[in-house]
Amino acid sequence: MIILLLIIPLLTSLVVVLLSPEKARNAALASSMVNLLLTLGMLVGQDGTSATVDVQWIPSLGIRFSLAMDGISFLMVLLTNLMMPFIIGSTDIDKNYPSSFYSLLLFMQMGLLGVFTAQDGFLFYVFWELTLIPIWFICLIWGGENRAEITLKFFLYTLTGSLLMLVALIDVYLNTPGNHSFQLADLITAGARLDEVEQGLIFWALFLAFAIKIPIFPFHSWQPDTYSSAPTTGTMMLSALMLKMGTYGLIRWLLPLVPVGVQMWGNVAMVMAVIGILYAAGLALTQKEFKRLLAYSSMSHVGLIAAGSLTVSTMGIQGAVFQMFSHGLIVFGLFYVVHLISKRASFKTLQDLGGLRNTAPQLATSFLLLILGSIALPLTSGFVGEYLLISALVKHNFWIGAAAGISIILGAVYMLRTFQITMSGDVTSVAQHFSDLTTSEKLILYPVIGLILLLGVFPAPLLSITESVANQIVVQSGNLINLTP
Amino acid sequence: MVIGNGLLVWIPLWPLLGFVVVALLVKRLSHAQVTWIACGSVALAFTLSVILAVGQFTGGAPIKQNLYTWIQSGNFSLEFSFAADPLTAVMLLIITGVGLLIHIYSVGYMHGDDGFNKFFAYLNLFIFFMLLLVLGSNYLVMFAGWEGVGLCSYLLIGFWFKHPSYNQAANKAFIMNRIGDLGLILGVMLIAINFGTLDMATVANKAAAMDTPTLTIITFLLFVGAMGKSAQIPLFTWLPDAMAGPTPVSALIHAATMVTAGIYMIARNNVLYSLSPVTMMLVVVVGLATSIFAASIAITQNDIKKVLAYSTVSQLGLMFVALGVGAFDAGIFHMGTHAFFKALLFLAAGSVIHSLHGEQDIRKMGGLKSSLKLTHATFLIGVLAISGIPPFAGFFSKDEILVAAFDYSPWIWAGALLASWMTVFYMFRLLFLVFYGEPRQGVTRITHLHDAPQTMAIPLIILAFFSVVAGFFNLPELLGGSPWLAHQLTPLFELASRLNPPAHTEGIEEYILMSVVLLGSISLIVIAHQRYVTRKNIPAKDGQIRGLAHEMSYQKYYVDELYETMVVRPLFWVSSTTNRWIEVGGINTMVNGIGEGVVGAGKLLRRVQTGSIGYYLFIMVGGILAILAAHYWTIVN
Repeated sequence: MIILLLIIPLLTSLVVVLLSPEKARNAALASSMVNLLLTLGMLVGQDGTSATVDVQWIPSLGIRFSLAMDGISFLMVLLTNLMMPFIIGSTDIDKNYPSSFYSLLLFMQMGLLGVFTAQDGFLFYVFWELTLIPIWFICLIWGGENRAEITLKFFLYTLTGSLLMLVALIDVYLNTPGNHSFQLADLITAGARLDEVEQGLIFWALFLAFAIKIPIFPFHSWQPDTYSSAPTTGTMMLSALMLKMGTYGLIRWLLPLVPVGVQMWGNVAMVMAVIGILYAAGLALTQKEFKRLLAYSSMSHVGLIAAGSLTVSTMGIQGAVFQMFSHGLIVFGLFYVVHLISKRASFKTLQDLGGLRNTAPQLATSFLLLILGSIALPLTSGFVGEYLLISALVKHNFWIGAAAGISIILGAVYMLRTFQITMSGDVTSVAQHFSDLTTSEKLILYPVIGLILLLGVFPAPLLSITESVANQIVVQSGNLINLTP
Repeated sequence: MVIGNGLLVWIPLWPLLGFVVVALLVKRLSHAQVTWIACGSVALAFTLSVILAVGQFTGGAPIKQNLYTWIQSGNFSLEFSFAADPLTAVMLLIITGVGLLIHIYSVGYMHGDDGFNKFFAYLNLFIFFMLLLVLGSNYLVMFAGWEGVGLCSYLLIGFWFKHPSYNQAANKAFIMNRIGDLGLILGVMLIAINFGTLDMATVANKAAAMDTPTLTIITFLLFVGAMGKSAQIPLFTWLPDAMAGPTPVSALIHAATMVTAGIYMIARNNVLYSLSPVTMMLVVVVGLATSIFAASIAITQNDIKKVLAYSTVSQLGLMFVALGVGAFDAGIFHMGTHAFFKALLFLAAGSVIHSLHGEQDIRKMGGLKSSLKLTHATFLIGVLAISGIPPFAGFFSKDEILVAAFDYSPWIWAGALLASWMTVFYMFRLLFLVFYGEPRQGVTRITHLHDAPQTMAIPLIILAFFSVVAGFFNLPELLGGSPWLAHQLTPLFELASRLNPPAHTEGIEEYILMSVVLLGSISLIVIAHQRYVTRKNIPAKDGQIRGLAHEMSYQKYYVDELYETMVVRPLFWVSSTTNRWIEVGGINTMVNGIGEGVVGAGKLLRRVQTGSIGYYLFIMVGGILAILAAHYWTIVN
């Protein structure tokens, strides 16, 4: 079952290159829908955690092709497969080489699913790098101004991170007994037996890799440029799905591997993350470009996810996973709104817009609802995640939690300011002949908003999926700390 | 009649349904249909509230209803649940009762506005969140209502969103409330961490066992939330600006209900507060300071709604004084009477503004007594009530606060008295300038002055009635009455009053206090009459030179300007400076420098490597494929 989730997008991605744009689009949409249905089937059938693949791959090196899902992986798989139909559906067909574009999206989906399910360190690394290929092409071929420079920077930056990750994983791998193994379980046992210094080094190597991807201050400078230069679909892939690789990696591959390293350095990393939360929120206050503003806003929110995970508490981890899911929905919606606006009128800065509440009230209302999710108003999914995360931080250290909490004030400041500039006031010349949402646009936007509200009112079912595994990670790292010499 | 537990949820559910229906069909429904849906849903909620209140006031046990598990993580589990006791019942009656009247009033007031349907959708949503706030049996459900009413307030202040300044006011309200909300939610988190639960009743029972420093921090943080929502120093400047919203909104949200949420929250947590004397003292100081400060601004304002807004801030301050000195029932009592007479004053002001086609400057009014008879009569009742003239409602509730303050400290009493006297003066100044004397240009330019239409008149009359009689719900024993409300709330504040036993000033002493207050008030009415009616002293035009004290009051002590230069501009300055020097100039330059160094080195090795990323990628993919092939080879062999 689980292998099917990877094979379907992979095969479709190979096929759609050869199809006409229309057909490619339909095939991509169909493939992503099948994947979503399969995933939902797993949710209903409750076998999400039992589906595994585990075969020899490179026996001489102890590398296995093993995929499995526990609650955390499952939610990430669900998020990926849920967002893909929306992302594909929101992609315009009138661009250069549309078939190749759809193909790359599906290929990336395959890579992401591999990252979220790999149980072998080497396999994880391979999938991690595989996801980079399609997004690199997407940004380079379909991107905006200065795309060559910006993409180069993005690529080199994340490649540096991945190499650090590879070195760290190999180091732990070499400490596994016997013929060596890259299996997650074996790495965990081996990691705990390393001395403090080595655990510290591995902590930083892995943290940097993930911090670049997330991104966490001060390793973020690739992100605002890339987000604003990439085609909106690419930005959606990056922000709704790809950055979750980083936060997922933090929880799955960092916390359990070097428990003492986390104990020693976790607070430093957490403070960095919290500085990043405020730094990004602060910068968002005066941004003039829409996508760049959302990029900083996103960075501020994911910093909280990282900080919460580093508390190594059930609440922190559950809150982090829930917030990854919620953030995926919200950030997709926000970028989609930008996409819809730029489709209707060309504009450079926020100030070019104005008065859209008059000309496109449904668009404006949708935007407002997404903003409410983003600023964590209760009864939206954003609130549940942020409450759990800030709570976990407050429990860990009141002042760190309170500092992180300031972002809920700053978030309201920059988001409401954006709403006021773009939607209220007088209708600007750019916004004059603005049409409201079409049916197909509603079909994408309304379900996403509906989910944001639904998960805010009934978050418990989603939370229950991650409860046992979050608990397990906390208990396990508590136990393993004692093993360190 | 006793309401069953299962019916509790229907009280907020009706307005929610009303909102959903109107919001979804906002373009299809006619104004008449929306009127029925919106008013009907609140009427249903009101009916259920009355049934519930009757049950609670006739000795029914507090009731609770669990709906479902809302949030669960580890050992933190939270129900979405409602609870009702006599305090809830009082709040429910005010919210749905005054809410219903204001819904009806709005039908007339918003008649002909393009956003009629949207307005009622927001209003219903507000009622829903307000009910959530008071019905929530745990802190997080209350918080959901708390932030929800803030959202509705934001939407309604900026209702006429084409005016930039209205949007500015809406943003300001939301953001200032958010500052308070951060305090509140941090307090809630500390409660969850220290008590292991967020259920309010359980927390109250466990509070006595908790150490004082923890309780002091928690109650302080909760109070920060109250400062935001109930517009106390230093978070009060949003409320006067909030008057940008339609007048019924000012009456409902920014006078009668939402802004009293802070009072409700502290009364609800009376046990925690009673155990934290330091915070209690802070509540008194902040409340008193706000009360005097806001009243002194109201004296010189010339916008009819601004005067009432500062008056609300001042009255809320008095309620906090009551809470802070431990007289929780007096605070709630004044909140109730204030809901009636302040809603009345706003609605009557709305009637004035309505008939003067939007004129709000009292310098341009005058002489409306004869043309707007009903509006004048009801406004007069409101003024008498807020000024504490017997037997109007405000007399009894304010008297209780003053007596409690006197017990606490004569200095606090003197401060509260000063605020009350100022209230008398600026309210009569308002009354005289609007309704008495000669009609001025704002009035004379209108040829046919119409008094309030029926939908607006009926709520005015009903509210006027309650502004007269509401005081009798809690007659002091001194005047031969029995304090019914206090009795109802006794079980709730029992623990609190055991911790801080009220040393009651009684008998002759109370008579003396009452006489001092009254004599002062009456003299001030006479002075105001002399000044504004007999001597026709119309406030000076903007820009004319005044005395320093007058100028400070007129300019609201420059608090907005202070915040602008101390907080807002520095914040944006830091943001853009950081962007220029650290983000672009620092981090980005450094990273690019490293990158260029690497690329430069790469150029030297060009013979070996092409420097093209596509090339690297394909090598990588090729490598992976090669590994796979090699692996396949080993299996085959």
